[in-house]
Amino acid sequence: MSNMRVSEMWKFKLSLALLLITGSTPLFAASEAEFKSAYAAAEAANNEARGLRNQWTTTAAALAAAKRAAEAGNFDQALASSKEAEALAKASIFQATSEKEAWRALEIR
Amino acid sequence: MRAAIHSTSGALALAVLLLTAMPPVIGAETPNPVADAQAFRKFFTDKFPKVKLEDFVNGPYSMNEDMHRQWQEKEQFPPYDFSLEAGKEMFAKRFKNGKSYADCFPNQGIGIRQNYPQFDEKEGKVVTLELALNRCREANGEAPFSYVKDEMAALTAYMAFTSRGKPFDIKIPNDARALEAYENGKRYFYTRRGQLNFSCASCHVQNPGERIRAEVLAPAIGILNAMPIYRSEWGGMGTISRRFTTCNSQIRGVPLDPQSDEYRDVEYFLSYVSNGLPISGPGARP
Repeated sequence: MSNMRVSEMWKFKLSLALLLITGSTPLFAASEAEFKSAYAAAEAANNEARGLRNQWTTTAAALAAAKRAAEAGNFDQALASSKEAEALAKASIFQATSEKEAWRALEIR
Repeated sequence: MRAAIHSTSGALALAVLLLTAMPPVIGAETPNPVADAQAFRKFFTDKFPKVKLEDFVNGPYSMNEDMHRQWQEKEQFPPYDFSLEAGKEMFAKRFKNGKSYADCFPNQGIGIRQNYPQFDEKEGKVVTLELALNRCREANGEAPFSYVKDEMAALTAYMAFTSRGKPFDIKIPNDARALEAYENGKRYFYTRRGQLNFSCASCHVQNPGERIRAEVLAPAIGILNAMPIYRSEWGGMGTISRRFTTCNSQIRGVPLDPQSDEYRDVEYFLSYVSNGLPISGPGARP
């Protein structure tokens, strides 16, 4: 086996390893700063829902999951859970706001 | 002169705009508890023509003949008996200052369950029996009980028992705040909440008699007459506060604090629209 062929084989193995590494993890891992910003947005939305007396248990669960993931250093999961919590909190705000009038549709008259 | 005419016509136009833009003060939106109670009763008696009005207080047992028979058998050895006995003893026991619950209530607290909740015109808020019991304790130097645990359930079980058969007689005094509390309670009852997007009415108006998982849903009319209740699902007794907070959790809503204004008001509304139906508590439910 010539030196040339050995060198090419190593290049190939190195490329394959890099491909596997980049393929198995997100291209850009979430940072702690991104998590903190998303978590703060979720908390703010959930506080707004509290003001409307309409928090959801699932929002609280998603916020707790985000915190747990961040403490474990898994900022991808922490970011995803924070975004889920924000979406749930916003849905609860929408519900409380629309129900200010919509409740009458159920009323026995 | 021209300026004066302009200013007058401008004011007139604004007034017309405001008058046409504003909804009429009197109309469908004006609270009318008497009409509400009549409509409530008609809705359930039309929906369940075979159920006697006074039977609605038996909740799911009024909806199904088999269940009704099971309940009658269960009533031979009622599972709430232990709580009733405990409540009777607790009620008679004096506080450290020598006074007792009897000193806090009219008729020494016997046979008065049907008059709660009441609107307290001094406070400007609804006062439920559970709240009145804890206020009695605090006024006599005792620590309040948890609103969702056994002691409160036992006390209210005994007080309900002394009122059995007496019709709910909830009053709305001629006070704008009382009417507002009633209306707030009504709005709470019909408002969808929680991730499951359910209101109290979703289960207890739209689907009484239907099953939700293994449970048969109770009708809203008379639903509080049997409180407190022994629930097999809980393996113990539950107060009205426990029922409200658990309902909220079950639809994935964060419960409010027991005896929050909203819960006091919804109890006021639900009790008022069940006026005339007999107290049947303490009750038992699957």
